[in-house]
Amino acid sequence: MTEDDLDRNRRHFLTVATLVTGAAGAGMAAIPFLSSLKPSARAQALGAPVEVPLSSMQPGEMVRVLWRGKLVFVLRRTKEMLANLPKVDPELRDPKSDVVTQQPQYARNATRSIKPQYLVIEGSCTHLGCAPLQDFDVRPAEGWEGGFFCPCHGSKFDLAGRVFKGVPAPTNLKVPPYRFVRDDLILIGQDSGAA
Amino acid sequence: MGKFKKIAVLVALALCFAAPVTMAAGGSTKMAKADIDPGNISSLQRGARNFMNYCSGCHSAQYVRYKTIGKYLGLSEEQLIDNLMFNADKTFETIQASMSSVDAARWYGVAPPDMSLMVRAKGADHVYNFLKTFYVSKDSPTGVNNLVLAGTSMPHVLWELQGFQVANFSTHDNEDGSVTTTFEGFEPLTAGSMDAKDYDEFVRDTVNFLAYISEPIRSDRRKLGVWVLMFLIFFYILASMLKKQIWKDVK
Amino acid sequence: MARIEAEVGKPQGGLVKWIDDRFPMTSTLKYHVTEYYASKNFNMWYVFGVLAFVVLIIQLLTGIFLTMNYKPAAADAFASVEYIMRDVEWGWLIRYMHSTGASFFFIVVYLHMYRAMLYGSYKKPRELIWLIGMLIFLVLMAEAFAGYLLPWGQMSYWGAQVIISLFGAIPWVGDALVEIIRGDYSISDITLNRFFALHVILLPLVLIGLVFVHIVALHEVGSNNPDGIDIKKNKDASGKPVDGVAFHPYHTSKDLVAIIIFLMIFSAVVFFAPDMGGYFLEHANFEPANLTATPEHIAPVWYFTPFYAILRAVPDKLWGFILFVTAVLLPVFLPWLDRSRVRSIRYRGWIYKSALAVFTVTFLMLGWLGTMPADGLYVLMARILSVVYFAFFLLMPYYTAIDKTKPVPDRVVYHG
Repeated sequence: MTEDDLDRNRRHFLTVATLVTGAAGAGMAAIPFLSSLKPSARAQALGAPVEVPLSSMQPGEMVRVLWRGKLVFVLRRTKEMLANLPKVDPELRDPKSDVVTQQPQYARNATRSIKPQYLVIEGSCTHLGCAPLQDFDVRPAEGWEGGFFCPCHGSKFDLAGRVFKGVPAPTNLKVPPYRFVRDDLILIGQDSGAA
Repeated sequence: MGKFKKIAVLVALALCFAAPVTMAAGGSTKMAKADIDPGNISSLQRGARNFMNYCSGCHSAQYVRYKTIGKYLGLSEEQLIDNLMFNADKTFETIQASMSSVDAARWYGVAPPDMSLMVRAKGADHVYNFLKTFYVSKDSPTGVNNLVLAGTSMPHVLWELQGFQVANFSTHDNEDGSVTTTFEGFEPLTAGSMDAKDYDEFVRDTVNFLAYISEPIRSDRRKLGVWVLMFLIFFYILASMLKKQIWKDVK
Repeated sequence: MARIEAEVGKPQGGLVKWIDDRFPMTSTLKYHVTEYYASKNFNMWYVFGVLAFVVLIIQLLTGIFLTMNYKPAAADAFASVEYIMRDVEWGWLIRYMHSTGASFFFIVVYLHMYRAMLYGSYKKPRELIWLIGMLIFLVLMAEAFAGYLLPWGQMSYWGAQVIISLFGAIPWVGDALVEIIRGDYSISDITLNRFFALHVILLPLVLIGLVFVHIVALHEVGSNNPDGIDIKKNKDASGKPVDGVAFHPYHTSKDLVAIIIFLMIFSAVVFFAPDMGGYFLEHANFEPANLTATPEHIAPVWYFTPFYAILRAVPDKLWGFILFVTAVLLPVFLPWLDRSRVRSIRYRGWIYKSALAVFTVTFLMLGWLGTMPADGLYVLMARILSVVYFAFFLLMPYYTAIDKTKPVPDRVVYHG
């Protein structure tokens, strides 16, 4: 190799090395900027788990709470409500809760809940995020066993938040992480896994 | 490349020149050095306990979250709750004073200031000396005055620890008719539960904690800075080799 | 960068040709980068233009991210800055970069301007570049001033109070003008809100536009050099100046080294001394604005102090204001005040060399005096130095005309 070749090789090597180092530096410098977009300590504090006392709740009663700015329904289902759940199974898109992202493992059961009577679901339609309305009246003539109805685009869900066939919403209403602190107190936003 | 080095040295010198000038521009009264050690975690832990026990009744630190303190001081959630959190139950909460600022303003005339940035605004020495120089004064509604902040509306909260002291002043008549008052020294009046040395440590720990909460990321930024500079030195070596190579053919 | 070079060199086709048929990409790159020839003997004074550009990018980038978390309201501003410093992940770094960047902007720009004075860069045919540059400097001062109110600390508030009140010195319209600037009877939430709009929208847009024009004008006439020689007068057979080297890869590789050194100094401040002993972040600004108590010792941020010292040296409100404004604007006229036949200090006589040396010391001393209390000896010094400051500019037509110059060589001095 001539001296020129050596020089060219050296220059090529240095160019590549400098560019790679510069790119690595720019990449590392980008980390703080992108991380700053994540929810801040205040957002995390405001999004802390929410306690819901159950002691004064009557069967058939539902409360709405906000967790991380999201609407969450807590419904104490009556015996009839629970008994009616299996009836609508054939009309549902996902009766067995096979879409695993829509509920924690402990709510992947027939009632989609930890304790059968207490339903905890996010009040956010899986179509485009509207808040579904409650429609608990049973109307046998229409085949309606009670459930939720989204006013935006007409999606329907049963009393376990399971979506009916033939509506725009693709999946069941989401069950947030929650746990029972005591028999009469639940904590929404935190399950026993991450205490 | 000597020229680049020259300018680096120039700028560095200019920056170094800037620092001492402000120092000199500081307070007029001579203050004892607080001599705090930001790296001393156990001092910070004691300071946190002191602050929560003696200060947080009236003073908030509204930008500081318990969680942040716990992480830096190596305290678990339980330790935080048991030892520091007297009027909060979640670690993500910020430090609020037990007394409402409206009540405080009514009782003391002014609301006790927030402590989140006190050391950053006034300096550690200022706070350290303030806490040590309360002296008995008949003219004040709180019964005490302060050498650092004359006419302060804060009572001598730490009197049980330090005891009360009397300040001796000498006066000197100037030729123009004005009077110069010179502070001569303190004389203990009643004894506190701590001797002078222990009280000194107590105040130092507390100020250390206040300095920490005024910039909780201080140690993070200094650690990261070392890595950033190391990277830049490496980058500099490469880039200057490349520059030399490229400029080789310029005659 | 090597990629760009390779693509420009090879026969055009494909995407590059498609774009070039619709947009002057390759020709622009050639004109401004690969075939822009600047003197090969640039010294360290010639890096500050590029560094100013780097700081501009840092300020824009960090500014955008700060805007996402800052609240321009009197009740929230101070707390939102602390929110950025504590609650936003890495917010402290972004904020320190921005506050440090503000000071470095002025360090770099002052040195960039000083370079022009050393080597006569403002002289014909570069007068317009200098004028645009001075406009950039004025807009930068306004930008820094507006930005300094935003943290809503004690210094933000009272500093703005002092500077805005200055305009009240203008006869007849002064008071009305002050009210229009504030949008209120005192500095308030409304003032803060509009300063925010100026700081994040109007002034940065103007700044970017002016910087663009500054560079276009520079590339039209070509860069000056430490010898003040017109390198375009001496071209080789291919039409390339014999003393010039292409911006890329020669000056880019050199500038990269300068940028890294700059980043080292910048990082040293950001990570180890973001307050810079109270010069970059003033201590009193860690207290929220208190409308009932002025801080004991009030001084503007260091980059305004030379002019502030001149303002305080005058015992009359109106004349203080007039001399303050004149002191800022006088450098605008340098291209016409300077009658020397040569550009570079290398070929000037002892008179200009001494004058510039005295001016340098004067400017630095004024800067220091602006940070000191306005009493006794300090005021006297500021008065003497103010006279020197004005004399440097106003007497320039005389002393540069009679100054003996040395013959300027045909080729630049370069030792390889």
